[in-house]
Amino acid sequence: MENYQLSHLDALESESIQIMREVAAEFERPVLLFSGGKDSLIMLRIAEKAFRPARFPFPIMHVDTGHNFPEVLEFRDRLIEEIGERLIVRKVEDAIEKGIAVETEGGDVSRNRLQSPTLLNAIEEFKFDAAFGGGRRDEEKARAKERIFSFRDEFGQWDPKNQRPELWNLYNGRIFSGENIRVFPISDWTELDVWQYIQRENLEVPSIYFSHDREVFYRDNQWLSASPYMAPRDSEEVVVKNIRFRTVGDMVCTGAIESKALCVSDIINEIAVFRVSERGGRADDRFSETAMEDRKKEGYF
Amino acid sequence: MTDLTDENSPTELLRFSTCGSVDDGKSTLIGRLLYDSKSLFEDQLAALESAKQLSGNTEINLANLTDGLRAEREQGITIDVAYRYFATPNRKFIVADTPGHVQYTRNMVTGASTANLAVVLVDARKGVIEQTRRHSYIASLLGIPHLVLCVNKMDLVDYDQDVFTRIRNDFEEFSTRLGIQDITYIPVSALGGDNVVDLSENMPWYNGPPLLSYLENVHIANDRNLTHGRLPVQWVIRPRSDEYHDFRAYSGQIASGVFKVGEEVVILPSGKSSRIKDILNFEDKLPVAYAPMSIAVRLEDEVDVSRGDMIVAKDNVPHVSRDIDAMVCWMHDRPMLTGKHYAIKHTVSNDKTVVKELLYRVDINTLESDLSATSLGLNEVGRVKLKTQNPLIFDAYTINRSTGSFILIDGATHATVGAGMICEPALEPPMPKYEGYVI
Repeated sequence: MENYQLSHLDALESESIQIMREVAAEFERPVLLFSGGKDSLIMLRIAEKAFRPARFPFPIMHVDTGHNFPEVLEFRDRLIEEIGERLIVRKVEDAIEKGIAVETEGGDVSRNRLQSPTLLNAIEEFKFDAAFGGGRRDEEKARAKERIFSFRDEFGQWDPKNQRPELWNLYNGRIFSGENIRVFPISDWTELDVWQYIQRENLEVPSIYFSHDREVFYRDNQWLSASPYMAPRDSEEVVVKNIRFRTVGDMVCTGAIESKALCVSDIINEIAVFRVSERGGRADDRFSETAMEDRKKEGYF
Repeated sequence: MTDLTDENSPTELLRFSTCGSVDDGKSTLIGRLLYDSKSLFEDQLAALESAKQLSGNTEINLANLTDGLRAEREQGITIDVAYRYFATPNRKFIVADTPGHVQYTRNMVTGASTANLAVVLVDARKGVIEQTRRHSYIASLLGIPHLVLCVNKMDLVDYDQDVFTRIRNDFEEFSTRLGIQDITYIPVSALGGDNVVDLSENMPWYNGPPLLSYLENVHIANDRNLTHGRLPVQWVIRPRSDEYHDFRAYSGQIASGVFKVGEEVVILPSGKSSRIKDILNFEDKLPVAYAPMSIAVRLEDEVDVSRGDMIVAKDNVPHVSRDIDAMVCWMHDRPMLTGKHYAIKHTVSNDKTVVKELLYRVDINTLESDLSATSLGLNEVGRVKLKTQNPLIFDAYTINRSTGSFILIDGATHATVGAGMICEPALEPPMPKYEGYVI
């Protein structure tokens, strides 16, 4: 007798596929939000497993801060071409020009916060009623309390005190016109699961996840890229370091770590012994104890 | 040390819920499991340290790690279910940390719905109290097969074996009415870490495993239903491309049982039968698939199958009926009323239902039935008769947590208002005859 045992990766994958198919079936205009980061790559693979050999029953959308790592944009375009799906790009820059998003005074400020109005505007433009995000509950305390189907009101806001109970795998996707739902199919995955899955599925990831030499400077206990978007202050010395990134975000706020990891299995071994959490390198989260909750209430991913 | 990059050493996933009030030290226990299993990171620890200094406490409050919402931190209580993750070399754990106050019973039910195991905390100084009974009842109602009663704060009763034994006896007497298969008792001190990850030197009289090692080794493989083949059809894959001109595959997550290529199956509610031609998982063709895999199947015959239908094993079919008898936990301020219509979601089908009768309400603290009850209020549980617009394809919850569960939705507000667990029908409803169909 076989034991019919599923590994934890198979179990997580199956749940995520179930969520994607459920959204495809119950919503009229879903969209998959894509950043080029590892979590959105998992989402694409899950979508392939859910719907192939047919095409995805939804487009893919990238909310572009304009502060991207060039390596990630190149990777994005190549990947979308390869899988043959439709990509929509909406830029924070355009939203700033239209006056939908207002940039904070002073340089060096991340545009992460400005992604929210840009995203809400795009949701309105295309009348999306469900948006897949790659958020995971192990990333942050506020995310740990978020439902897989996360209900947003007409203003795109999340109300953590008024969430629908979510039982078994029975998702309540009922909304009124103008409202929408953010869906997080990989809520229960951890950073380690993600890398183990990338290895198992042999997925290509942007090169900035691997160790490379980069001009960086030290600020707020982390290494930041010296880039046209953010220049070091006089007191901050630019040095070349052997680093890699753990998350792919806005170049202005994504901190690098010193690392020798050259391949996926190096990364798995590295994070297994890590003592700093993944978003510990994101300056936008360190602002306050409830920074993520506050951003989510405004309509952030 | 296990090689984490080795795909051939898969780890098993175990979901458990913890219930208890903040006073029981539940969040401290989870914090301790994360901390001692090295799943707590330095920056998280640093954030706790700075919160400690701000609040003027002398001990790090590990509860701050799980109580993430602003309102929770302000009020010092856990409001919502928080999910936590940690891993040891052979298991990955997903913890649903649920609040214990009676007004958050619905959150407890939510956390328990997918759990393999429940950890119930008892304060050694207080023993088995109303809340302990409520939590344990909910664990049994939601069909959780394993329960661990952690007698916490043993440090405050001088690690006294008699205290532990008395609480254990109390609980054993109560729990005979619950029908939980497997109950384990562990004396712990979450604050000091006694019997959490390592065995305590303070309690040499305890000869069981510490909590973590119990969680790592409890046998859960047999808890899945691998007997009744059930595939609710979630999505029909039709590429409509030249390459896949006539391709049709029926996809979904196997709710229970095992399906094999070549096996004869029945499609409900039509009652037509066919054989499984292929089992697909993306680019792989599988000879066999089992719960809870998400797969797609192709059938030998061109039968009409759409979302909401169920592909089932021929030799063992579920009930098909419009009359549903269920235990319902109510989750909304506006009470459940007899005669009222609700939307119902069951497996992947959406339907309408009307509440025909409330047979009784259960006092979730005493387990007594109140036959005179006429409505179910927030956080109340009762036995209910429903009639659905279309026949439901179901099994009893006690044998199948997937095809035996449903949620009720208020059609006017779209709020999720109730959680239901279907009871075995008293009389077998007349089953459709399948033999007559020749395709």
